[in-house]
Amino acid sequence: MRWLRRNIIGIIAVLVLVYLFVPIAVVAVLSFNQPEGKYNITFNEFSLSAWANMCGVPGVCESFALSIQIGLLATVIATIFGTMIAFALVRYRFRGRDTTNLLIFLPMATPEVVLGSSLLALFLNITFPLGFWAVTIAHIMFIISFIVVAVKARLQGMDPRLEEASRDLYASPRATFRYVTFPLVLPGILGAALLGFALSFDDFIITFFNAGTMVTFPVYIWGAAQRGIPVQVYALATLVFFLSLVLVLVVQGVNARRRRRLEAAVAAS
Amino acid sequence: MPAIVPTTTTKADAPAASAGSSQRRSRTAYLLLLPGLGWLGVFFVIPIATLFFTSLQAPVEGRSGVYQAAFQISNYAQALGDYWPQFVRSFIYAGIATILALIIAYPLAYFIAFKAGRWRAIMLVLVVAPFFASFLLRTYAWRTILSDEGAITTALNALHLLPEDRILNTSIAVVLGLTYNFLPFMILPLYASLEKIDPRLIEASGDLYARPFTGFRKVVFPLSLPGVVAGTLLTFIPAAGDFINARLLGAPGDSMVGTAIQVNFLQFRDYPIASALSFILMAFILVVVFTYIRRAGTEDLV
Repeated sequence: MRWLRRNIIGIIAVLVLVYLFVPIAVVAVLSFNQPEGKYNITFNEFSLSAWANMCGVPGVCESFALSIQIGLLATVIATIFGTMIAFALVRYRFRGRDTTNLLIFLPMATPEVVLGSSLLALFLNITFPLGFWAVTIAHIMFIISFIVVAVKARLQGMDPRLEEASRDLYASPRATFRYVTFPLVLPGILGAALLGFALSFDDFIITFFNAGTMVTFPVYIWGAAQRGIPVQVYALATLVFFLSLVLVLVVQGVNARRRRRLEAAVAAS
Repeated sequence: MPAIVPTTTTKADAPAASAGSSQRRSRTAYLLLLPGLGWLGVFFVIPIATLFFTSLQAPVEGRSGVYQAAFQISNYAQALGDYWPQFVRSFIYAGIATILALIIAYPLAYFIAFKAGRWRAIMLVLVVAPFFASFLLRTYAWRTILSDEGAITTALNALHLLPEDRILNTSIAVVLGLTYNFLPFMILPLYASLEKIDPRLIEASGDLYARPFTGFRKVVFPLSLPGVVAGTLLTFIPAAGDFINARLLGAPGDSMVGTAIQVNFLQFRDYPIASALSFILMAFILVVVFTYIRRAGTEDLV
């Protein structure tokens, strides 16, 4: 009883984490299902057919590849723009700070349905064609803010003594940036890019408004929900989930080790 | 996200050099800001303005789906008159989901901030990990968990706790889906503000003979309020605009304002009404955000 009282918060915390993963476990389990009817909702019979033949249903892999394409393009551009803004916010003093902060915060605070519909209103008014470029433009727009927040946190968390040390050793500002600042921030930028890609790849609402007749992976799932989502979609989503999780944990591990080494070096000096 | 004490300057700013060099520095800052802020200006600010102009447009006689510039404020009356139930439902569903999320998220955020030790980084990764699995599929998975033959529904029915004898295709399922989907947006800001609290303050309250719960109520919780506010905003806003949960988990009668915007834009092609609905939602959120900013400033928003 006493043990329970002392660890109650830990127990609740673990239960909440489990709760976060229950639907994902359901998706993973259903990816090995051979559904009885067209709806893949209750487990019927174990089968590897979806995993063995992921592109077996027309349209699934095409939409998947399209989402990856848009995700990569949008992420690269948004990461460059967002990183530049983060540097300006942390390293420079300038007039218009409040406006800048607000302009970065508002897209994150706006419901996706407003972001998507307002862009659609613009594209309709200027008769810009819906589809690939419209969606890519939209994704860059809504990812930038998240990149800024992630990179900014990294920049602020950096030990200022490392850059001071570089200056004390007569490194030029350019050399300090090239050999000290940038390598230290790079993991943060990569982490932000990963987040940006995940947001773009999985976005449905903004995409749905601006896609026209184009079918990305989430749009495919939405359309299929009415007539039964193919098991292949479950397999692909499970694969993406585990690959991303491994990737993030590896990045996390490398970061932690680098940080420990750096801290040891600073402490020793 | 928000801190208690607003930070005004950063360390890099501190050595204010001669006027000339600081002018050069601010020019570099503007060059760094230009592409990103330009993009947000063209593809976020201008669209919101366009949305407003579209919401005032009037139909062109005899051509359906075609509208012309006008100043038809009656669109707003019509939008609210036709869709006020959707607005009310959105705010009620999102409100309940936000309260549930706060109750569920707080113990986890507290544990990660104060007790997780070396597991902290891993636990934070696990909190955001659900974003790597498809939002739509995760939502759809609740159809399996809450199905009429499933363990949860059967158990609650045995206790006669369900008004409609089922969860799926009722508003309960929609609220549960919303609670689940936006939970990480509650956990992360809560964690961020709890993490800033000096654990010695909790010890001090114990030294002064406060019982653990009193210490929490009088010390930890008040200090975590910025996180509570930020988490509440970040959960409530996307939940209020969502139409996925209502569609995948609810009955047709559970439709929310997002549903109305989507249907009017993409199916009825009634752009002025759809824009009016969308703009009302945006205006409501702006009021909330600016109220928050007046209390906390902008520096801790991002």
